[in-house]
Amino acid sequence: MATIKIPPVLRPSVGGEKEIRAAGPDVGAVLRALADQHPQTQSQLFGPDGGLNRYVNVYLNDEDVRVLEGLDTSVAEADTLVILPAMAGGAT
Amino acid sequence: MSPSGAEVIKEIRSQVDEVDPQAVRDERGRNGLVLVDVRESEEFEREHIPGAKHVPRGYLESRIEGAVPDRDAHVVLYCATGQRSALAANTLKSLMGYEHVESMTGGITLWKDRGYDTVVPKSLTKEQRDRYSRHLLLPEVGSEGQQKLLDAKVLLLGAGGLGSPTALYLAAAGVGTLGIVDDDDVDLSNLQRQVIHTTDRIGEAKVDSAETSIKAINPDVEVVKHRTRLDASNVMELIEPYDIIVDGVDNFPTRYLLNDATVRTRKPVVSASILGFDGQLSVFAPYVGPCYRCLYPVPPPAELAPSCGANGVLGVLPGTMGLLQATEVIKLIIGQGDPLIGRLLLYEALGATFTELKVHRDPDCPICSRDPGDISDEEMGRFPDYEAFCAAAG
Repeated sequence: MATIKIPPVLRPSVGGEKEIRAAGPDVGAVLRALADQHPQTQSQLFGPDGGLNRYVNVYLNDEDVRVLEGLDTSVAEADTLVILPAMAGGAT
Repeated sequence: MSPSGAEVIKEIRSQVDEVDPQAVRDERGRNGLVLVDVRESEEFEREHIPGAKHVPRGYLESRIEGAVPDRDAHVVLYCATGQRSALAANTLKSLMGYEHVESMTGGITLWKDRGYDTVVPKSLTKEQRDRYSRHLLLPEVGSEGQQKLLDAKVLLLGAGGLGSPTALYLAAAGVGTLGIVDDDDVDLSNLQRQVIHTTDRIGEAKVDSAETSIKAINPDVEVVKHRTRLDASNVMELIEPYDIIVDGVDNFPTRYLLNDATVRTRKPVVSASILGFDGQLSVFAPYVGPCYRCLYPVPPPAELAPSCGANGVLGVLPGTMGLLQATEVIKLIIGQGDPLIGRLLLYEALGATFTELKVHRDPDCPICSRDPGDISDEEMGRFPDYEAFCAAAG
């Protein structure tokens, strides 16, 4: 099972966890397994067409899956997926 | 009887080739002529001939190869009057095998009497040498790097959580000009993290309060106060005078606007954001690495884009992230180290973890894949569904 790092804005949707373990042969399958465990994340991660929302970046270890094979990128047991939506906090 | 010092010098001068300043001036920059100043450091720092390399006579044997590796090069040495340079020329020729070495007659004194040009480098005052002594001890900074810091102009967007520590440390480091954009006043709830402000300055404009603190730590720093909000009407004018922009703004439309304006003007942005116990940091150097839009093509919907005001932030977190920003700013100014270009650093305070992710230039980026001259005023800061986003965000 791969480890998925959950960003702060999605933590309320996964019961406050910072990391979730989920299984699947590729990035898409792992993220769908996450959405199955925590249905609230479905619409946060995926658009109506089943693709990743554009405002969500997903990294396999340190590499953006957009420069790999997207949701079809293979995932191994020891891999970590990082979900990263943009943050804008700072000045206030 | 042993010869006198004057006799030794005369004897040596008769053996070295001497060259008139006019010939040096005419040949400068041609035929690979290397001009070397052999005076002491204080003399060189006071004034020297443009383009001259500096090798003090006391370090001649150990340092000349660094300045002039080629022993067949045409080397002209000069000092104040032509005496020390003659002795140095003799050493280079007779002991070190430099074939084509000359001493300039009359040194820089005759050169100046002829009305030829010199450069007077900026030098640090005694007080500055004391103040920045721990920088001067670092070879990576030194007096050259410190001078770069003193000459640098950095714009801070916001004197808030991130801007407070960044401004204080950049001021302490001697960054010569700090611009601050903020239209807010100091509020009691700011003081848990905005360490540039103080309890007795609640109600004061943040730019004024920040200026007071900066001047208190380093009166050398010129503070330029911009008591306004960055928007499409003023962004180009605001960023124009500055070398580096420090971004810690609290909303996406302004981040996209700033990105587009800085890509247009090719100015680097040291960008950080914070929320709760989490921080992000990267350096966006237009056309060198990715821009903000390459990383985040579109903003998240409002429900996934909370601000610190609504969601809270650990008070020390902007300190951590702001100082990482200040570090990147200083590295960019002095040109040392590997800046965080094309990399995104994530810090999670509760777990005490740092994660580094790669960020690539997007060949289809709506902004930085194009020539800067093609980016229009109208499209700056815009993104798909901009109106809906801004309406939802209020």
